[in-house]
Amino acid sequence: MRQISTALKLDENRLASPAALAAYRESILAERDPNRPIIIVCHGTGCLATNSPKVADTLRRAIAAAGLQAQVVPEIKTTGCHGFCSRGPLVIFHPTGLFYQRVQPEDVEEIVQTTLLEGKPVERLLYVDPNTGEHIVHDHDIPFYKYQQRLVLRNIGKIDPADIRDTIAAGGYQSLAKVLAGMTPEEVIAVVETSGLRGRGGGGFLAGRKWRLAVENVRKSPGPVYVVGNGDEGDPGAFMDRTLMEGDPHAVLEGMIIGAYALGAQQGYIYVRLEYPLAVRHLSVAIEQARALGLLGQNILGTGFDFDIKINRGAGAFVCGEETALIASLEGRVGEPKTRPPYPAEKGLWNRPTIINNVETWGNVPQIIEKGADWFAGMGVPHSTGTKIFSLVGKVNNVGLVEVPMGITLGRIVEEIGGGVPGRDEFKAVQTGGPSGGCIPWELKDTPVDFDSLTRVGSMMGSGGMIVMDKRDCMVDVAKYFLEFLMDESCGKCVPCRMGLERMHAMLGEFTMGKGSLEDLDELHSLAEGIKDGSLCALGGTAPNPVLSTIRYFRDEYEAHILHKTCPGKVCRELITYAINSELCNGCTLCARECPAGAITGVKKKPHEINSSLCIKCGVCFEVCKPEAVEIL
Amino acid sequence: MISFTINDREVTGQEGWTILEVAKWHGIDIPTLCYHGAVEPYGACRLCVVEVDDGQQRRLVASCLHPVQEGLKVQTDSERVKNVRRWILQMMVDEHPGSQRIKELAKSYGVKESRFKSDRVEDLCILCGLCVRACDEVVGARAISLGNRGVRKEVATTHRLPSPECVACGTCLYVCPTGAMEQLFDRIRG
Repeated sequence: MRQISTALKLDENRLASPAALAAYRESILAERDPNRPIIIVCHGTGCLATNSPKVADTLRRAIAAAGLQAQVVPEIKTTGCHGFCSRGPLVIFHPTGLFYQRVQPEDVEEIVQTTLLEGKPVERLLYVDPNTGEHIVHDHDIPFYKYQQRLVLRNIGKIDPADIRDTIAAGGYQSLAKVLAGMTPEEVIAVVETSGLRGRGGGGFLAGRKWRLAVENVRKSPGPVYVVGNGDEGDPGAFMDRTLMEGDPHAVLEGMIIGAYALGAQQGYIYVRLEYPLAVRHLSVAIEQARALGLLGQNILGTGFDFDIKINRGAGAFVCGEETALIASLEGRVGEPKTRPPYPAEKGLWNRPTIINNVETWGNVPQIIEKGADWFAGMGVPHSTGTKIFSLVGKVNNVGLVEVPMGITLGRIVEEIGGGVPGRDEFKAVQTGGPSGGCIPWELKDTPVDFDSLTRVGSMMGSGGMIVMDKRDCMVDVAKYFLEFLMDESCGKCVPCRMGLERMHAMLGEFTMGKGSLEDLDELHSLAEGIKDGSLCALGGTAPNPVLSTIRYFRDEYEAHILHKTCPGKVCRELITYAINSELCNGCTLCARECPAGAITGVKKKPHEINSSLCIKCGVCFEVCKPEAVEIL
Repeated sequence: MISFTINDREVTGQEGWTILEVAKWHGIDIPTLCYHGAVEPYGACRLCVVEVDDGQQRRLVASCLHPVQEGLKVQTDSERVKNVRRWILQMMVDEHPGSQRIKELAKSYGVKESRFKSDRVEDLCILCGLCVRACDEVVGARAISLGNRGVRKEVATTHRLPSPECVACGTCLYVCPTGAMEQLFDRIRG
């Protein structure tokens, strides 16, 4: 890391005043040719996993070998995640916005020949709209991007997160300079308060009010105070915070430095889960580079304000995303939540007033300072202002990370941005808010996605997970799945959560086997209410949501399991049997060869049969059968 | 002094007192398992939950930890409170049928053993943490702590070996509400 900042000669450019930052930015922009083409190769975690570094390397070499004229040699830039992870690795050409998806090293030669030398797009690498079959050439025409409003994610996919000059060229740290050049801490807090920014990590508490409380508490008891960035994202299938920390780490840092200035803190911590090595690396690089430029550390921008940030890696406990557990973990104690009050704004880290916000919340702060509270409050809906990042996953055509204004309807996110459910079915339910959110049914697809509306329908905003389910999902099984996760992640401190989740899981397990009675269903409901009321922290307090919401909206599925011993989603193994439709079976023998239990017999080119006493219901035959002759009864 | 109501009765308490402390002072019964006057409250068993209305919202809080507030309306026996206590006792009596104290509490709330049985029935420990807190705060030995997580949580010594810090004073045996420490004690002191 040291070497990177040395190589970039950052130390020599240490910025001595807010005005020096503006001059430095001018000098970076002056060095750059605005007309030089740029080829962006996504280096987000998803694309890295699908070979993007090799694509970038091959491109570099192929371009060198092609002997292009000096003025058209494109710059290859590796950036954070573009969000469209199901289509990676992504390669995008600037300034045109030509968008290639699922690019592999073998495609590079053709890209150089056709696109760079002949100036034409490579048809087969273009994105095809699954609903219209149309080839789309430019990224801004792809529905997945077209309907988004990317504010927190605005730089991601455009800047190289490992080069602070890119961030500064894109306007990074200007809000910090603005704050240090002429805003009082009181003014900063007032702007955040007026913006209506609410915590993006789950609770949805007003950030400005939290800051105000902390400042009042510092006044009452002077001494050290802290700011903390919560990047311990643990929801299965969610990667909002990861993408932000990996793709635009400086936005988080800048927000925290501004928060520290408002509170008068000299030390901050970012708590990142250990399973996010790239986020840790990029944050570390960003901190090192910001320090070298004098944007972090002693005497920031020559104004006499000292503040530094340490990264703390979480060891992978879901509950440490809860703020009191996170603080305990930061202090080196077991990551267990504590009862609030006292809130961290009063007694947080080392029992001192602490502002703890999610990294996405921090990421919003610089823009609010830059463009003003009214600009921010003008987006979204009253009481839920601004935008929110969601990770859209599950049974949806376009899987990925999306940022939308608050108040957009659930249906629009799934249908327009997500491209709907494969097979053009209606979605059955969307589970929002992570494992302890609720399942919202198709009938409520016009529900606006904001903090209060989601709570009203029995779910929550949470940190922004969004899992789409279709008719092949069993809602009882879904509730059981989330309970299993939460049961495993419960810290075990309080009885309702430790014992209650286990009991709910056991009861759901009975239902999925067609056991239990309607009285048991009422008992499950009453237990869920008890856990919600009685638990110590938000993990237990929200854990019953998957159960309560599925009972509320999909009671018929519970009744089908209990009364009719059938699973409408055809998922619960105890309640289904596999059979081969002899009219559709062409006797290809594939299922018989793949069956791990040897339960399928038959002669070549003649209909096969499944011996249900041997069948283990693994579903392999169903998956492999080309003529779709395997049926689930 | 802070004035508020418990079960519609006007009560007063000092600043910094908890609801449970004021209730005890006024002779209002709230059941507890993980509470002991000699150590810091912990809020784990949740048996002492009460319903509070601060004018903004009604919610359930652990009375052993929640500070008294002017004008607070506290209900110690509302339907929601009873539901939480019933379930806590239901699950405890199913998992720890051997504990006399839990049996009695369960009986007073009309709870009987259900068909759900734990595979840990001989284990009496409800993980209230009283032994750990007493060993730390009262004795100062810190011979035991709570290890592991969730359903696998346990009272344990370092490396699960007999603890050299244990002075065999028996404080943990005394504070244990279920008699679980009698099973554990010999393994701790070695």
